[in-house]
Order: sequence, then C-alpha cells, then structure tokens
Amino acid sequence: MARKEYAFYPGCSSQKGASASNYLVSVESMCKTLDIRMTEIPDWNCCGASISYAEAGELPRHVMNARNFALAETNLPGQDIVATCAACWLGARESKERLEHSDRLMADTQTALKEAGLAIKVIPEVRHMVEVLIEDLGYDELKKPVKKPLQGMKFAGYVGCQTNRPFGIAGESFENPMYLDKLIETVGGEAVKYDQKVTCCGGALAFSEPDKAQGQIKDIIEAAYDGGAEMIVTPCPLCQANVEVYQGQINKRYGTKFDIPVLYYSQLMTLAYGGSAKEAGLNGNVVQARKLEEFAGK
Amino acid sequence: MSDLNQEMAERYKNNFLKEIEEQAEMGEWVKMCMQCGLCSGSCPTNFHSGWDHPPQEIFMLIRAGKREEVLNSEGMYMCTSCYNCYVRCPRKVPVTHVMHGIAEYAYRIGRAPKAQPTLHLSKTFWSNATKYGRVNEVQLTQSLYFKDGLGAGIKKGLEMKDVALGLVKAGRLNPMEALGMGHKCKDIKGIHAMLAKAEELEARNKAAKGKE
Amino acid sequence: MADTKTAAYICKGCEIDQRVDVAALSKVATKSGKMNLVREHDFLCSADGVAMIKNDIETEGVTHAAICACSRRAKTEAFNFPTIAMSRGNLREGVIWIRPDTEEARETTQEMAEDYVRMACAEVKAMQVPPGNQKTGTVKTLLVVGGGMSGMTSALEASKAGYKVVLVEKNGALGGWASKLHKRVPTREPFKSPEDNGVADMVARIEADSNIKVYLNASIAKTDGAPGRFKVEIAVESGAVAQEDIGAIIQATGFSLYDANKLPEFGFGKTPNVVDQAGLEALAKEAAAAGKPICRPSDGQPVKSVVFVQCAGQRDASGTHLQYCSGFCCNTSIKQAMYFKDSNPDIDTVVLFTDLRTPGNGEDFYRAAQNKGVIFSKGVVSSVIPSGNACAVKFKDLILNEDTEAQADLVVLATGVVPNSGPDLDALAEANRLADGGDETAKSQVVAMMDQSVLNLTYRQGPDVPQFKHGFNDSHFICFPYETRRTAIYAAGPVRRPMDILQAQEDATGAAMKAIQAMENAGLGKAAHPRAGDLSFPTVRLEGCTQCKRCTVECPFGAIDEDEKRFPLFNESRCRRCGTCMGACPVRVISFENYSVNTVGSQIKAVDVPDEFSEKPRILILACENDAYPALDMAGMNRHEYDPYVRVIPIRCLGSVNTIWITDALNGGYDGVMLMGCKHGEEYQCHFVKGSELGRYRLSKVGDTLKGMNLETERVMDMEVAITDIATLPQKINDYAALIKSFPPSPFKGF
Repeated sequence: MARKEYAFYPGCSSQKGASASNYLVSVESMCKTLDIRMTEIPDWNCCGASISYAEAGELPRHVMNARNFALAETNLPGQDIVATCAACWLGARESKERLEHSDRLMADTQTALKEAGLAIKVIPEVRHMVEVLIEDLGYDELKKPVKKPLQGMKFAGYVGCQTNRPFGIAGESFENPMYLDKLIETVGGEAVKYDQKVTCCGGALAFSEPDKAQGQIKDIIEAAYDGGAEMIVTPCPLCQANVEVYQGQINKRYGTKFDIPVLYYSQLMTLAYGGSAKEAGLNGNVVQARKLEEFAGK
Repeated sequence: MSDLNQEMAERYKNNFLKEIEEQAEMGEWVKMCMQCGLCSGSCPTNFHSGWDHPPQEIFMLIRAGKREEVLNSEGMYMCTSCYNCYVRCPRKVPVTHVMHGIAEYAYRIGRAPKAQPTLHLSKTFWSNATKYGRVNEVQLTQSLYFKDGLGAGIKKGLEMKDVALGLVKAGRLNPMEALGMGHKCKDIKGIHAMLAKAEELEARNKAAKGKE
Repeated sequence: MADTKTAAYICKGCEIDQRVDVAALSKVATKSGKMNLVREHDFLCSADGVAMIKNDIETEGVTHAAICACSRRAKTEAFNFPTIAMSRGNLREGVIWIRPDTEEARETTQEMAEDYVRMACAEVKAMQVPPGNQKTGTVKTLLVVGGGMSGMTSALEASKAGYKVVLVEKNGALGGWASKLHKRVPTREPFKSPEDNGVADMVARIEADSNIKVYLNASIAKTDGAPGRFKVEIAVESGAVAQEDIGAIIQATGFSLYDANKLPEFGFGKTPNVVDQAGLEALAKEAAAAGKPICRPSDGQPVKSVVFVQCAGQRDASGTHLQYCSGFCCNTSIKQAMYFKDSNPDIDTVVLFTDLRTPGNGEDFYRAAQNKGVIFSKGVVSSVIPSGNACAVKFKDLILNEDTEAQADLVVLATGVVPNSGPDLDALAEANRLADGGDETAKSQVVAMMDQSVLNLTYRQGPDVPQFKHGFNDSHFICFPYETRRTAIYAAGPVRRPMDILQAQEDATGAAMKAIQAMENAGLGKAAHPRAGDLSFPTVRLEGCTQCKRCTVECPFGAIDEDEKRFPLFNESRCRRCGTCMGACPVRVISFENYSVNTVGSQIKAVDVPDEFSEKPRILILACENDAYPALDMAGMNRHEYDPYVRVIPIRCLGSVNTIWITDALNGGYDGVMLMGCKHGEEYQCHFVKGSELGRYRLSKVGDTLKGMNLETERVMDMEVAITDIATLPQKINDYAALIKSFPPSPFKGF
C-alpha cells in the first residue's frame, strides 16, 4: 500500500494527448518516487472551468462538479479529491463550498444528480496537488528523495492566479505567495525575485482576445528575464500553455526575442529525483528546455 | 429572448438594482460596494483599451438604474477570472462572481452584446464540454477560429499554425480529436439528463423571484 | 540656611572606567569643579552607591551633588535626593556611547567627559533646592461648564472618583445636542440599528448623585484665581449670582450646527423640505410622538424619497464655508437614513457623499445600512432646486463622471459643527486695542465678544481658553489632548475637536482624570504636566524689572498677571515651569531655583575651550528636554556616533533660551551654537504649545548680533527635532560640525 492515496481528478487538459499531457507524465513520475497513489475518478467529467460563466447558469455548473464528487465518494470512499489543474481545483472547490452553504442549491443538485443515477452524501475534500505535497508530505519529505539537485539553475516561480486566488495555499499571501519558490529551492534550484509572480496570463482571453492576453504574457516573461531567470515554473496548465506557446507570436508582434522554457514544478521534481527527460515529460515542452535535457542526460 | 428582457424590465419597473439582486447570480452583493475602486485598479484587463465599464462603474451604473448601459456592456466579458478583485475587495464582495453573474443574466435575457468574442468562447466551451462530458480541445479551437466564417478561420488558423504545430510535435494536441476521436465520458446520456434537469430547475427558480 | 557643601560622584560602571580616565575626572571635579568632596564608585546606582550618597548627605552635610554617571533621564529612581540640589553629568549616553572605542578617539572622548564633569559641577553650584509653592490652593471641587453628554460624563466620572462637582448648564435641561436626537448611532454590538439617545439615563444618574450640584439656566459670570483656588461666580436665571470655590475646570460647551442659511444653493430657507440634521431629528421625534411616518413639512405627506447631502458647507477648500470635517455627520446620516428604511423599506433613501467617513464601529453601521437598501452614491451636489412639494438634487456622479439629478420629497443637509469656544482671544485683544483708542465700532465688538465668553476669566491674557485651529479650543493634539493653555482648565468633547458622542464621553473621562490630577498637584504646590511634580517656580527680582511686560505677554499659559504697580504677578499654580518668561526677560531677573540664566550660563562657561591652534572647535548644543535630549540619549543607546566637539546642555524649552547664553558662548570662543527645539506652528510638537515658536522668534534676531560681532550667521543654527529623529540626528550634528570646521576658528578664543 502506498503511503498516501487520493482520488485523482486530472481534468480535460491533463489527459493523454491533451495540452497539458506532459504535466500528467511528470506528476505520475513524481508520485511514484514519493509513493503516492493517484487513482483516477472513474468517468470524471469537465469542471466547467471559469470561462463557462456566461453560458451556463449556477446550477448546471455546480452539478457538473457534483457528479465528480458523487463518483469519487462512491468509487474511492474516504479519499480526498486531488486536482492537478488550477481551474479544476478552483471550480470543484467553489462548487463544494457553495453546495455546503446552500440547502436549496444542494437539494436541486441532488434532484439533478438523480437523473444520472447518482447522489451525494458527503462531499470529499477538494485539494490541489501542491497542497498534497506541502501539507501532507512537507518540504523536508520532498527533499529527501532529491538525488540530483538543480544546482545553479535560476527559475522564475510563476504562481499566476487560480492556485493563488481566491482560495490559495493555506498560510500564503495573495500578493506574494512563497510556496513555489520554496519548492524550487527544495529541489536545489534558485528562485529569482521578479515582480509579475501573480500577474494573470490572460486566461481564456488568450483565445478570445489575444491582443490583450499577449500583452500580459509579455510583461510576465520580460519580468522573469529581468529577474535573471533561465526558465519559468508554474503549477497551472493554462499558465503554462499561455506563457509558453505564444512566445513566437509575441516575438513577431513586439519584436522581442523570447525563448524561455516554461515548466511544471512536477517536471523539476522528477528530474531532481533522478528521473529521465522522458519521465519528466520534457519532450512535451514546445520551447525546449535544453539545459534540463542536458541535465537529465548526465 | 427579447420577450424575457421585456418581462423582466416590467417586473422590476425602475428598480434595476433589485432586478440584479434577484436575477443575477451573486447580484445581492452589488449594494455592498463602497466604491473604493480597488477592483478596477486590480483588474489586469482594465489597462487595455476597449474596457467600457470596469467593475466599480458597473456597480454604480446598476445603482443609478442604467439598465441598458449595464446589460449592453462589454465590461463583464473582459474578466479573465484572475480573482484579483475578489481577494482585494475590502468589503469582501465576490466581484469576479458578480461580474460573471451579470454577464450570464444579460445573456439569458438576450441583451448581451452581439459578437462578443469572450462570450462566444464561453458558449463554445460549455457546449463542447457538455457534449461529451469532457473538452475536445481541437474541436474547441476549430469552432473558435471559424466563428467568423471559413475565410477568417483559415486565416486565423494559418496565423496560429506554428502554435498548433508546436503542440502537435510536443504530443499535446491530437489531430484525431478533430474527428471526434478524443476524450469523452462513458455516461454521456446520464450527464445530459442531469444537465437538462439542472437547467429546468434553474429556470424555475429564477422565474419565481420577484413574484412573491 | 545650612552651609553649602558640594560633592561630585563619578560612576565607573557601564564601562565608563574602561573608556575614560576616571581618576583624571576626579581631579577635574576637585580642581576646576572646586567640589568639596569627590568620590568614585564602581556602580553608583546600586544600593551601595546610593547609600554612600545618602550617608554623605546625612553625615557629611552635602547640600549640592553633581552625579557624573548616566543621562539625567536614566536611573531617576535611584538618584532621587529631594533634600539637596543635584545635577547630572552625562558620561554614558552623552560620551562613551556616542564615541568609538578606538585609540585615536581616546583623547577627545576624555576631553568630552571632563567637560561634562565641569558642567555638572558648575550647574549644581548655581542651583537651589526648590521649596515648593507656598501659595497653594487646596480646593478639590471640579467645575464642569456644559451639561451635554461630555459635561455629564465628566461630572459622573469625577464623582465616581470621589470629587465634588459643580455642573453649569445654560439651558433649562441637561442633555445638550444628544437630547435633540430621536435616536443615536449604535454604541454596541452588532452596530446595526440606531439606539436610544441615552440622555434620560445620564440625567437620572446625575440627579441621584449627591456629589454633583447642578445649575440650570446658568452661566459663568466670572472666574478668578488659580488652580486649587478659583473663585467662580455663576449667574443664574433669577439674576442672582452664586459663588463657588473651585479647584479645576472642565469646559464641555460642545458645538452648534453650521448655519444652513449660509447654503441657499441647497434650497435651505426656500422650502421647508430642505432641513439640516437637527431639523430631521425634530421631524423624526415629532413623527415618533404622533406614531406616524416622517412627513414632508410642506404638505404633511409621508416622505417617499429622501436624499442626504454630505459635507454641506464643510470640507470646503474654497474657504467660504467650514474647511474641516465634522467627524460624526456621515454616521448621523446613515442613522437618519435608517429612520426611513426601518419604517418602510420602499422609501428611496440616497446618501450623496464624496468620502464616507465612519469612525469607530461606523463601518459596521454603514454596511448595515447598505444591507437595508440605503443607496450610497459618490457625488458632489451642486444645487437643490425646490419645485412644489419636491426637490431636484443636482449632482455630479464622481464614478460615472456625469452630471445628473435625483428627485426627493425631503433633502437633509449634513452641515457640520462650529465649536462653542468663546471669543477668539487675538481678535478680542485687537478690538480692545482699537476700543482703547476710542474706536466706537471696536467698543461694541468688544461687548459682543465678551458676551460670548464662556469662562470670563480675569486673566490678563483674556477671558477664555485660547483657540488653535478653526476656532476649536486648544489642545496638544498628539500628547495631551485635553490640555489647554490654561492650567487646570481642560477642554472636553466637540469644543476641542469634532467628534461623536462616544468619543466625547471618552474625552470627558480623560479630562476629568486630568482635572483631578491638576487639583491634587496644585494642592501640593507642584507643577502640572509636562513637568508634573516639579516644585520649582519662577521668582522675579522686582528691583531689576523694567516693566517691559514681555513675560506677561509671552507666557503661553496666562500664568502672569500684573499687580497694581504694573509689575508681573506670578500665579505659580497656573505656571507650567517652561521658562518662557525667563527666556523673554531682557534684564534677566526671572529665574527658577533649579533652572536659571546662571545654571545654564555657568555650564557654558565651564567648558574648556581650546585655543585657535588646537583645531578642536567647540559647538554648544542647547537641546529641548522633551524631545531633542531624549532623542540624543536614544542615539547613544543605539550607539550612533557623533562629533566629539559638541557639548550638550538640556533646556526646558526653546522658549526658555535667553539670548545672553548665545552671546556668552560666542564671546567665550565657541565656534557654533545649535538649538534643538520642537516643531512649531499648526502642527506643533512643543509641550508648552507656544514655547518653541516664541523661542524661534527671539532667535531670529540673533543674526544681527552675529553680524555685529563680524561672525558668519551659520554659527547659530536652529533645528527642529522630534523625539523620533534618533537615527538622523547624529548625522545632522556631524554635518553641522563639518560646516563649522570649514570656517576659520572663532576669533574670540582666548579672550
């Protein structure tokens, strides 16, 4: 038996072949080393994300998450739900809070769930992977398996929005959360100081209003470079994608020469734990993290 | 849809604040705003052009009874859901949710601005996500690009070609999804039944308000 | 009087003996200090060291002791010898802690220490033990003028502490402004709804209190005397005059609403449907009595919409109306808005404001009003236009940035407060001057102003407590809020600054405590704050007095009257011992037993001034004991180093600086003089209110003297120092020392 077991909610972007599939690969490697068993919630569905606000009403959004709660509770009793995606975590956690605070909402939700043959008894805790790492294991435990510290490498810990606001990681400030910097330091890297740590990457507006979003992304990358970072690290799939994949377009638009790899914390941890480039999902990065590839090969 | 708009306008007569309080999700928070402007100052998109009314103004327009101006505003759709306003509001008004709630209400009664790209994304995302229970990223992207017609879609597709190719190479975009081969839930039928019920209950609840 | 026997005690503790040659200091005390007895001790403030000094006093007959150890602000409990004169040489904070422990610094550090020993010896020889004020008054009855919430609170609190109180109210009933209120802003959890105004309860407690004697329909006809022995005449309705012996006074005369007739643009006077906050309270009381909703005055129909206009005639930058915020009107409007919403939620209730200010727990109250549906809009009202039974309120919406208007059945103006503080003494003095010259208008002005007098003091400096900003009675707004510039007379409540009832009650309680302290101190012949407990008082050598009146005019506390021969007449118990009179006296005939022209002058002269070839300048620092000296001590505690050529002498106030000290210093070969005093002006920090201002005024004339002596004007430098300037002060001293070193040595050295 693994030392920790959770009901895993990978979310749409972290499935195989989806935009954050390399996140999934690295999380799996990391969890293997840390002896954490993640069991996927059977037949889980989309959380609705924040962007569905304009089309979907209150109840439809909450029942989507409620279905996952019911499935987790039935199939993986007693296990906390753990999401790797910031938006999944936020959406699910928000639904949990709202349902628990409104009898009317809960009653209507149960009525709707019944249509799918489901019911909720107790909503499990909804947690982000980072919470599991920090709260259930702790930095000391995370440090123990480090075989190859990422000595001399400078990272900009880009926390972004949704793992930080509105819930955030317990004990962290909204304006300057430190957990990501601490994770970077735990695996031997250097966390640089820069001033766009919690700036929004534009979220869904990267699709709908690329002009606006790309302006924000540019600010973030510029600040990371100014802080002396060689790479950016993030806990959120949308932050990762937005900051990474538009660099070419931003370069065209603004005449910049951005070429900075954007990684997940789980990729760094996998590498520091001695994992291979493949295990860390480095092949999934659009902007190649050459320095890390070399490091993994050593 | 415009009938619903008319019905609501009549039901609440001149009291737009009450209309928002009862009809828009989290609308009951509007009256608690103390007009400090921290929300507008904290909004990442407020500093871009095209923002007709930042949150503080939306709140004040509601209190001033400016129904048309609020319901037609682009302001709510500038939200990136970054929750900066939400955590900074000294009155603990859930500004992000209030903005979402008003946007949804404007859309529900058919008053949301036409051709609003983020509203379009919202609609597309939700129908994509609920069709199979999970998001099909390729189809989502395609439907976004082709919203303005085939020509525009191809142009945009070409613009985004490098981005897409990069993702395909990195194994993060599966072209097969375009053909509907992507991710889906098993109990799609159950999900659809559940959502239908939820929508029915939601409509019933909202309609009951303001009539007691 | 016993024979004088002087002694110097030199402490070796706190590493003093490792940093300076203590034996050499003893030699200095004996030779140049000319002390009869010199002793060293390893640890002078220890029980053993203190016992040694006490033994010397008892068996050796020591009458004057120079304690050369730490700052005079340290170890005051150990070095407490009330029967002898005592000075302190500051070897620790003033020397070893501000100098580096290096071989090069050793010589100048030693010189510094030797000078401080010489200065302590010189000072103590010029001092006497103060005998205390012999003309003490021992009356312990408190007079409270004004029977509103503040006055009633002061009376009840003083009574609870066991003191008799005379409470004088000009109206026929107690309660003041609060009694006009239908309800008051909530004072307790959950701060969500208006409360009973609380007046009836207070009045009942006053009536049941045998310590409190109440005069209604009464005013103060005359206040004579001094703390502990005031003679107060109270004019009562019948025309009779009652006399009371009073120890201390609290003025709690409250405020009047700013006259809304000055705001015709807001429709006041044009329609009865525009009222001020008092007008709305009256409507609410009337409605409650009749069991009806609040009605429109024009036609008696229930109000369906009401607009509150905040800051009507206040916070006015143009200077036409009140410039200040009245502190409570936002909460009052919130409360009044609830009168409507609580009775009928459908009444449109709008508050137009620019900045909503809700002190205390007003924020909760504000939220409660929002929850009840009161609309708050950020807007500036330009005009209120009555038409028929309605009004159009025109305003600029500050968020939407547009001109708009709101319709209302009733408009309430939050007009702000004007203190009932009596006549402005400066204006009165000017009117008196013109009236004395025969000006008839001025004569009637004087009569009108005197008619407004609250206390009718017989003081030479005027009939009332001085005013400071915007006509409010004076108070030291940071350190001593209730203090006025009249000892044992305290201002409490909105007469001293705008405030709400809760704040006024807290204020009134504080003022009662201060008044009790003042009565007790007066009875013992001791000073009130800030030199609380000081037994010294100013004496004047009348045979030298030229009757120039500077002392009587400049005394910030009105302590000095004139006798029938026009000589100054000191009322010691009114005196705060700041020494402003001493600094003012051109013939130097005013002194305290323990602080005089001589105690400071002899220190200045005691310093060893090296000749012009030594390249060792001397800079005199006269530092205010309230802020600058503590700041210097703390710089020492933090080991911030500064120049070794300065010699610091603490002074009671910049106002006590007699220019003779400066000329003496310059004539004696000092290269520069730095004066460190508190900030003056509108945001003054001076503990004696006007002391530093008067001192600086006098010093502004020193420039001419310097020119006359053919010296650079920078050789005298005036600096504002706050107690918080701990880290920056040493740098400023060093900068000044560098400037002085850039000049040639003083040409007066060696004369």
